[in-house]
Amino acid sequence: MTATLPPGTGAAGPAETLLAPSRPVLAQDWRRLVRMGAVGAIAQIFIALSNMPVRLDERLVVKPILSLGYLTLLIVPFAAGHRVGHQIKREGMPVYTAGAHEVAGGAACGALAGGGLSLLAVLLANFDLREPLVNWSPMLAELLAFGNATWFAVVIWLLIGAAIGGAGGALRVLGPRSRRAVVTMALAVGGAAVLEPLVVDLAEGMRLEALTDRLYARRGGINWTSALGLAAASGILAVLGRGRVRQAREHIATLEGAKRARTNGLLILLTAAALVILPLFAGKLTNELLANVGLFVLLALGLNVVVGLAGILDLGYVAFFAVGSYSAAVLTAATSPRINPEMPWLVALIVVVVITGLVGLFIGAPVIRMRGDYLAIVTLGFGEIIRLIFLSDWLSGWFGGSQGITKIPGAGIFGLTSVAGTDPRRVFYLVLAFCAIAIYVSWRLERSRLGRAWMAVREDETVAEAMGINTVNVKLLAFVVGAVLGSFSGAIFSAKVGSVFPNSFLILVSIVILVVVIFGGMGSIVGVIAGSAVLIGVLGGPKQPGLLAEFSEFKLLIYGALLIWMMLARPEGLIPSVRRSRELHQQEMAQDAWLRGQVEDDDGNGGGRAAPAT
Amino acid sequence: MIRTSGPRRGAPRTGVDWFLTFLRVAALTVIAIGLLAFIWQEIDTDNPFARWANPDATGLTGAQFRGLIISGVAQGCMYGLIALGYSMVYGVLGFINFAHGEVFMVGAMTGMITSNKLADAGLWESNFIGSLVFIVIVSMIVCTLVAVIMERVAYRPLRGSPRLIPLITSIGVSFFIQNASIVLLGPAAKAYPDVPDWVKDKHTFLQIEGSRILVVVVAAVSMGVLWYLVEHTKGGKAMRAVAEDAEIAALMGINVNRTIVKVFAVGGAMAGLAGILWGILFRSVIHTTGFLPGIKAFSAAVVGGIGHLGGAMAGGLSIGVAESVGPLLILEPLGVSGVSQLRDAVAFAVLIGVLLLRPAGIFGERLPAEDRT
Repeated sequence: MTATLPPGTGAAGPAETLLAPSRPVLAQDWRRLVRMGAVGAIAQIFIALSNMPVRLDERLVVKPILSLGYLTLLIVPFAAGHRVGHQIKREGMPVYTAGAHEVAGGAACGALAGGGLSLLAVLLANFDLREPLVNWSPMLAELLAFGNATWFAVVIWLLIGAAIGGAGGALRVLGPRSRRAVVTMALAVGGAAVLEPLVVDLAEGMRLEALTDRLYARRGGINWTSALGLAAASGILAVLGRGRVRQAREHIATLEGAKRARTNGLLILLTAAALVILPLFAGKLTNELLANVGLFVLLALGLNVVVGLAGILDLGYVAFFAVGSYSAAVLTAATSPRINPEMPWLVALIVVVVITGLVGLFIGAPVIRMRGDYLAIVTLGFGEIIRLIFLSDWLSGWFGGSQGITKIPGAGIFGLTSVAGTDPRRVFYLVLAFCAIAIYVSWRLERSRLGRAWMAVREDETVAEAMGINTVNVKLLAFVVGAVLGSFSGAIFSAKVGSVFPNSFLILVSIVILVVVIFGGMGSIVGVIAGSAVLIGVLGGPKQPGLLAEFSEFKLLIYGALLIWMMLARPEGLIPSVRRSRELHQQEMAQDAWLRGQVEDDDGNGGGRAAPAT
Repeated sequence: MIRTSGPRRGAPRTGVDWFLTFLRVAALTVIAIGLLAFIWQEIDTDNPFARWANPDATGLTGAQFRGLIISGVAQGCMYGLIALGYSMVYGVLGFINFAHGEVFMVGAMTGMITSNKLADAGLWESNFIGSLVFIVIVSMIVCTLVAVIMERVAYRPLRGSPRLIPLITSIGVSFFIQNASIVLLGPAAKAYPDVPDWVKDKHTFLQIEGSRILVVVVAAVSMGVLWYLVEHTKGGKAMRAVAEDAEIAALMGINVNRTIVKVFAVGGAMAGLAGILWGILFRSVIHTTGFLPGIKAFSAAVVGGIGHLGGAMAGGLSIGVAESVGPLLILEPLGVSGVSQLRDAVAFAVLIGVLLLRPAGIFGERLPAEDRT
């Protein structure tokens, strides 16, 4: 951790640190360096053998220098080189100024990590392990050697690793202002490259093709000239900005009362206006993407009530999505096998909500008394049972078995319009409306008596019960609210796709929604929305492509790694809910407070500790 | 007695309790009706009760019934071996290592790769038993490594955090291993090489496939070895002490970290062995192989009483037999068609049923002191 504390960790403030001069270049912590380099090398070999570089080589980031494939091989040495220079700051211990020591350490560590690829190149040339490892191919060898001989690959990856690792270490040497500039430049170029389909699509809608033609090469990727220009512009902006954005954000965070409400209202209004206007200019692709993100926002908000607010780990959340989709399909489609009342969509929605609510009660009631971890596995079981039942021949007379239900009509709204998948813009507006409802509901719930009861149950069930909360009913209600929010998403999904199959509701959908909620921040509405936008928008959902469509084979792998990493490094998520992060870091904060008390005691300010004198 | 569900003593009965009671009664009634219908059907094939719900019900012949039981027992042994890992880790650390099923999958994959290499070299046919021993050893080593690395990277930094945090992490680990297998080894199902006839065919004397006998024998032997290790060696004593109370164990001079690593290693080795048994029974492996057996093995651990070695094995056997016999025994007489598709649903239903009826399992739980809530 750097000296900046995450918001909400209390008024700790940066402790005074003693600055010591930079260490000599060779005084490295060699064991740590070698260990980190070895881990990096293994990671590099894994990435190379996962076929990511070869598959992503097509997508250019900066034309003609850098493809996404090579970028995946540069991340690890950079991270290793940056990480190895990390100093653990201890109270009362000196902090060494970063200097040549960090750069050299980073370069050595990066070279070791890059050496993994050198080793792989040698192995590729001399052994044939194609039998178990499907990606052990000459293509990979060629990519690693840039089309040259094996010895070239060996040398070049050592050099590249050292250079990139050194750059990672050098990032520590930079002052705060230049570091901000570098990070902004990287973000600007990377963002422009990732958002390419979106930007091109929007520019076409706004008739600004001239701009994107200049920015992007004809077959994808940013022109290297425009990349330079973009980097220069963003760097200058960052230097001139002097962190005013952060200042503004912190200023808003400290506002109180009516002022705060006014600022928030204004921000929400602006966002809403942008979201209403944007799709008008966007083409099919962008709207499709936005609609997918919206569906997952809806699902994630529902799961957020269950996991984030009430602290119940529901791994079978997909069950409610499935029940919502299937019941909407049965109620609206003329082709549904047994009963086909062909209700209008909005009428069907009311019935769907009732059905899913009942299913929520039915699943919730038996599991609600179980221990948290048993509950997780049992809900997982329910999620799978529901899918198996939809899939079985037993009820195929009702739900079509593996054939599913097809030809579901679009969602008719009061006979005015019909929203179907053929017009993603309308789907997006429908999703947006439901998202607004879901956001409002979760926002109000969080501040209601029920919401406070949920949070009390999450923090300590026994204490909550002692305070007079009926924990069973409260938790059941969380299940039902989550189920109903999930059913909205399901009903829209079936109208959007026009067909439902049991295999759209695999357990991995639950897991992806869970990753979204955890990545964004459990219990934080803004966090959950941001999580869906970043993950579903960029990488894509279980079956929906994202902006980086080339990643579709690897996104689940990345989701898994992300889940582990988030739990280890930042369990409170990207945009944490203040209360939740306090719960998670309670122990550390208590230790900090105790330590501060000790330090103050040592300084002779005896009354420093908060303990009341008795 | 430890209660993990049900109202606290003295608490008023709420609607949820009535619903739970109703569910318990309903579950027992369904099982009873199904069983009665089955028995009547066996006595008299053409009777109104058996024909009431399912006119096509045929009943089972004695040989079919025995076949189902035996295949259930063989699979149950495999579940039991996997369940040991869940049970031991839960007993010591108090969290469900969701990724344990993937360790089992890694074992099956390792066995597939090694046995195919051996088959290429011609050793698999010429010396089957020797090759089998070899792939078992390789798979156990690989799985032990995977389990230990998993503990070091993902779980050790989280020790002492709220209980759900390591569970979520283990879901991430499981997801990661599954998808790593897809990207490294490809998404297609992969086959084990052909086994000798005496493994494939039914034994002349017992009328049981050789593979099933092999599985049961291997499981029994390894169970015995494990029992000896845990109950009669110093390391095993340390494991039991840490499971009882890690803090006190540390005060008694036990290296808690090393003991936990040992627990993961033993669990991983057993999962590796189970992976090979899977390969012998089904001779095909795919990246999702670990998911369902993992969940079923966890159910087995709960059924037997978590933290209990013998319980894990007994639970594995009951889950194995229940999922192989249950659908035909109970669901078919009730008029459910296509029952074999509902096998997995039955396994989950057993888990839910056990947690409803007797959450502490058959033999009672052995949990760390602070987890007995």
